[in-house]
Amino acid sequence: MQAEPSPRRRFLDGVRVGTGLAAASFVLALTFGAAAQEQGWSVPATIVASVVIFSGSAQFALLAALAGGGATLPAIAAALLINGRFLPMGLALGPSLTGGRMRRALQGQAVVDASFVAAHTGHGRFDRYRLFGATVPQWPAWVAGTAIGAFAAPPGDLVHDLGLDVAFPAFFVLLLIGELRSARSGYLSAAVGAGVAALLLWWAPAGVALLAATVGALLGLRARPLSETSDQS
Amino acid sequence: MSLWIAIAAVAAGSFLIKGIGPAALGERELPKWSTGILALLAPTLLAALVVVEVLGRRWADFDATVLAGLAAAVAAYLLRAPMLLAVVAGVVTTALLRLALG
Repeated sequence: MQAEPSPRRRFLDGVRVGTGLAAASFVLALTFGAAAQEQGWSVPATIVASVVIFSGSAQFALLAALAGGGATLPAIAAALLINGRFLPMGLALGPSLTGGRMRRALQGQAVVDASFVAAHTGHGRFDRYRLFGATVPQWPAWVAGTAIGAFAAPPGDLVHDLGLDVAFPAFFVLLLIGELRSARSGYLSAAVGAGVAALLLWWAPAGVALLAATVGALLGLRARPLSETSDQS
Repeated sequence: MSLWIAIAAVAAGSFLIKGIGPAALGERELPKWSTGILALLAPTLLAALVVVEVLGRRWADFDATVLAGLAAAVAAYLLRAPMLLAVVAGVVTTALLRLALG
């Protein structure tokens, strides 16, 4: 085994990876800031959302679910369900963190999708210094992008003409491909979730469609013999 | 007001979701039965989220140029383009199509 690089070196490695990710976060944040303005969020609310939530997927879910006067509770539930993916990530990460419960919980806040992937060193082990390093550039980029998007409030026409509305779903389609590569059993539940969401959107608000599609798909799959779903893992 | 409540609730909930795994589990491993279901959560949600985002309520947001952009992003990604570049490919594809179609 080679000597392990110093924590400082691993942190800086993470920062290097995170700087590229920060560029992506910035563009996505611009579209979030602009989209929130279009839906009538105030500038302070838009920026504070990015500061305290710091999760593109949850914030876009909240935005989508509240659109057109959607009810608050289903919107919160949809956003939290979206972030539910951080639960298994946190569980996977747990053994790689150090210290007491509170300290571990605080370290767990550094998990965002791309950092989680960047910190993976293989065999389910994670380098916490790389994780912190990768997240550090992304947070200011996310907040700055949101603020600029909110203040500049580019007209919806411009966002539409530049195709920027594709950035968010495109990121998620690519994340989905990544997920399916690592867990092939996800194909069926992804297909069921997508199909149920598409159907429900005809009658229900976005937040309800999202919730019901996800829970429905998972419950449906839970009812199947476990051997069928767990073979691939 | 309800917007601020929603923001605060999502922030607090996210904090808990991210923190509870590391805090509760520590060095221990997950029971085997739960990992299969938890592993399905992310792809299911991502797929439903994309559908909701692309179709919108009553499918009112459906736009073929968005589908073309998504297809371009996926193609670029499968050809081993980095994620950011693949997203740019999708955005540019949609922008060009919209320009061409007026």
